[in-house]
Amino acid sequence: MKTTSLSRREALAGWLFVSPWVLGFVIFAAGPILFSLGLSFAHWDAITRPEFAGLDNYRRLARDPLLIKSLINTAYYAVVSVPMGLCLALGLALLLNQKLRAMGLFRTLFYLPSVTSGVATMMLWMWLFNPELGLINRFLRLFTKHPPLWLSDVHWAMPALILMSLWGAGGAMLIFLAGLQNIPEELYEASTLDGAGSLQQFRHVTIPLLSPVIFFNFVMAVIASFQVFTAAFIMTNGGPSHATLLYVLYLFQNAFVYFRLGYASAMAWLLFVIILFLTLLNFRLSKRWVHYG
Amino acid sequence: MKTALRYICLIALGFLFLIPFLWMVSTSLTPANQVMAINRPWIPERLEWRNYPQALTVLPFHIFLKNTLIVTSLALIGQVVSASLVAFGFARLRFRGRDALFVLVISTMMIPAQVTLIPTFILFARLHWIDTLRPLIVPAFFGGGAFYIFLLRQFFLTIPGELEDAAKIDGCGPLGVFRTVAIPLAKPALATVAVFSFVGHWNDFLGPLIYTQSVETKTLALGLNSFRSLHGTQYHLLMAASVCVLLPVLLIFFAAQRYFVRGMVFSGIKG
Repeated sequence: MKTTSLSRREALAGWLFVSPWVLGFVIFAAGPILFSLGLSFAHWDAITRPEFAGLDNYRRLARDPLLIKSLINTAYYAVVSVPMGLCLALGLALLLNQKLRAMGLFRTLFYLPSVTSGVATMMLWMWLFNPELGLINRFLRLFTKHPPLWLSDVHWAMPALILMSLWGAGGAMLIFLAGLQNIPEELYEASTLDGAGSLQQFRHVTIPLLSPVIFFNFVMAVIASFQVFTAAFIMTNGGPSHATLLYVLYLFQNAFVYFRLGYASAMAWLLFVIILFLTLLNFRLSKRWVHYG
Repeated sequence: MKTALRYICLIALGFLFLIPFLWMVSTSLTPANQVMAINRPWIPERLEWRNYPQALTVLPFHIFLKNTLIVTSLALIGQVVSASLVAFGFARLRFRGRDALFVLVISTMMIPAQVTLIPTFILFARLHWIDTLRPLIVPAFFGGGAFYIFLLRQFFLTIPGELEDAAKIDGCGPLGVFRTVAIPLAKPALATVAVFSFVGHWNDFLGPLIYTQSVETKTLALGLNSFRSLHGTQYHLLMAASVCVLLPVLLIFFAAQRYFVRGMVFSGIKG
């Protein structure tokens, strides 16, 4: 009798402790999700009454050339920036994974740009990319008379955004580093005794044991790459000629510039489905290469 | 030999990572009439400190700073307090449906913010909270976000049961255990959450962009962008203002780094 009342009190306390989240979930997640699903089947400009539109918004998605363009742009950004960012992060983590002097200093240095990622950093990169006076072209002019115009060039604006994103590789690096430090030293010693060179060790010890961490970083990076907004909004506003019109930027424009709230909601749901599909695909494919110890 | 090669790579890459910051500071101290010079020197002949006060008075940066401090500090309190309460509930208290509920917490991490953006905007518009700081602060008090809950729960799980039992014998209820055992032990994890929260809100752009309109409610991130659209070609002033916006983040980062890296390393892996 006593134990049941004790456990009942504990259960009550438990629900009280988690109640802020439960309320937040209803108000800021579940409610809005249902509302936005409903809205995606309506036309609404935020002022007049919403009108039921059936599948109109979804049909329009398939016919909107700018939407297709923004999807292609986002895929381009993801396909290039994610592998490059992860390789850089892993490379840095491998370099740092030694008990040598000044490693903490370098770790801080590489991590710093990912903490400062914000509008101020974007101002800095716009200045670095400045075609006449920027540091990058100042350097490139040592080799070529005509360096790229970067943010104002249709072909170079996206590479510029990707280059900037690499500067923020420090977050993934820190997670890689933690993963590397969890690999038992004995495994390296044993493989050295077996005559493995450092390249073989990397392939047969480091990569398999690190694979859950690689997987984690990969999934996170893919999801993040589909949600880039601020850089494109501030640095190019989607230009030149829609070359950097990323998906979420176009969604934002539809919602808060053209006030096509129904259409923007349909876009949000399409994004949700794409991210869900990619994440599930990642999990499915991971069975082939991720080893859980 | 190998060690030397490693250091050479580290120094070269470290230089590449550092050089944008140096360029920023160098520009911010260059006199106006030299900024537009091709191949201007890295260290200007005369350090133009006046760029700083000039940049910060062109627009009312003191208002932006005040707003940013209000948002970051209140949201930080909200996230740390509510996320630690919720995480403690999930980690140390048994109740029916707990584990299913926790799966729900984790799965909210999968929902892109864009899906909830428009309805949340409509909600705050109905409450007449547009052009106030409330939409940027209030949601922080409702659980603080799945990631922080997850991080703190992982930490609370590692607290030995004996410590909890000892506190219970001393007559502590769940809130007492939370206050006297869990919170003091979780300081590194709480510091991690606090730094993440601070940096996240300090750098947040989309939130203020949507919810604030007038100069009186703008935050630094937004103010800096207005500065650029008004005086974007005066790079010496733009960089001076940018340095000022970056500096607090750097200071906080260095101050909390010890806890921060530990907490990060801890949370990152123990999935």
